Amino acid sequence: MARIIVVTSGKGGVGKTTTSAAIAMGLAKKGHKTAVIDFDVGLRNLDLIMGCERRVVYDLINVITGEATLRQALIKDKRCNQLFILPASQTRDKDGLTKEGIGKILEELAKDFKYIVCDSPAGIERGANLAMYFADDAFVVTNPEVASVRDSDRMLGILASKSRRSENDEEPIKEYLLLTRYSPERVKIGEMLSVEDVQDILSLHLLGVIPESKSVLTASNAGTPVILDEESDAGQAYADVVARYLGEDKPHRFIDEEKKGLFRTIFGSK
Amino acid sequence: MSLLDYFRSSKPGSASLAKERLQILVAHDRISRNQPSYIPKLQQELLAVIQKYVNVGKDAISINYEQNDNQETLELDITLPDKSRQNN
Repeated sequence: MARIIVVTSGKGGVGKTTTSAAIAMGLAKKGHKTAVIDFDVGLRNLDLIMGCERRVVYDLINVITGEATLRQALIKDKRCNQLFILPASQTRDKDGLTKEGIGKILEELAKDFKYIVCDSPAGIERGANLAMYFADDAFVVTNPEVASVRDSDRMLGILASKSRRSENDEEPIKEYLLLTRYSPERVKIGEMLSVEDVQDILSLHLLGVIPESKSVLTASNAGTPVILDEESDAGQAYADVVARYLGEDKPHRFIDEEKKGLFRTIFGSK
Repeated sequence: MSLLDYFRSSKPGSASLAKERLQILVAHDRISRNQPSYIPKLQQELLAVIQKYVNVGKDAISINYEQNDNQETLELDITLPDKSRQNN
């Protein structure tokens, strides 16, 4: 049985695509055959973050309209043979996205794949609604910032009411919190909402905290999912997220300020 | 919190303000999310009927919807104006 994961947030720019790319790569690297689908028709970016933008021939809409087969449209990742990318259409109108079309694609993918990661666009329009409609699990990507937290709560309401599971009275979508762009230093001096603050408000199961990190931009510059940068804090944090999602017991990291060495404490370097 | 921390953090940061605002907002959003979609219209129409007979303002009526296990309660609260003002 395939498991369908939606990466959602409501608000834009919080790290949905970065997260989708990282966890899809993480799951695939653990040996699970994984497909990651870009639902942002007209503004596709997953291909760039994954570094396969020059290999896009067919896209999601082509498959829905029958202009290409799923097999033709799926791009096999060059770094991990268990990972496949289904890009969004850049030119077509998003009216091409239909519930029936997406349902058929997911059904076909489910025969062959273990995990299907749906990278949702921002907002609450058709693409976002369809990305979450068929989901089993939802990763709610949130920044420790008022607008993002509010929008995440809004998405929780939609996840609970407008999904296949809710319409069929099945077990609800499992919702997980992924707190991204976290700065323990700023939390410590009361400038930023803490993990506990956000959990108090959203009451979600915390899957992981991704620290604000230079490595995210570096990775996107190069078209490499940040999880492949095993030296980086963000890469390690995403690896933990994947492990936790798969049921491993990993203590949370990157929540507290990094301890400064004695030298730096005494001389107070920044 | 240690004594040292107490002296160090002289003024609370803006994060606590953010949390407070969010808690109020999210609670409010959730209430309106869980109520039936006809409530705002019902409130509007009821107000129109009441205004036909009594001179009340827009905020004179409040509707509170609650849902327990298998029971839905609709609480309607209408505030009539003071007698002294009515006589004017």
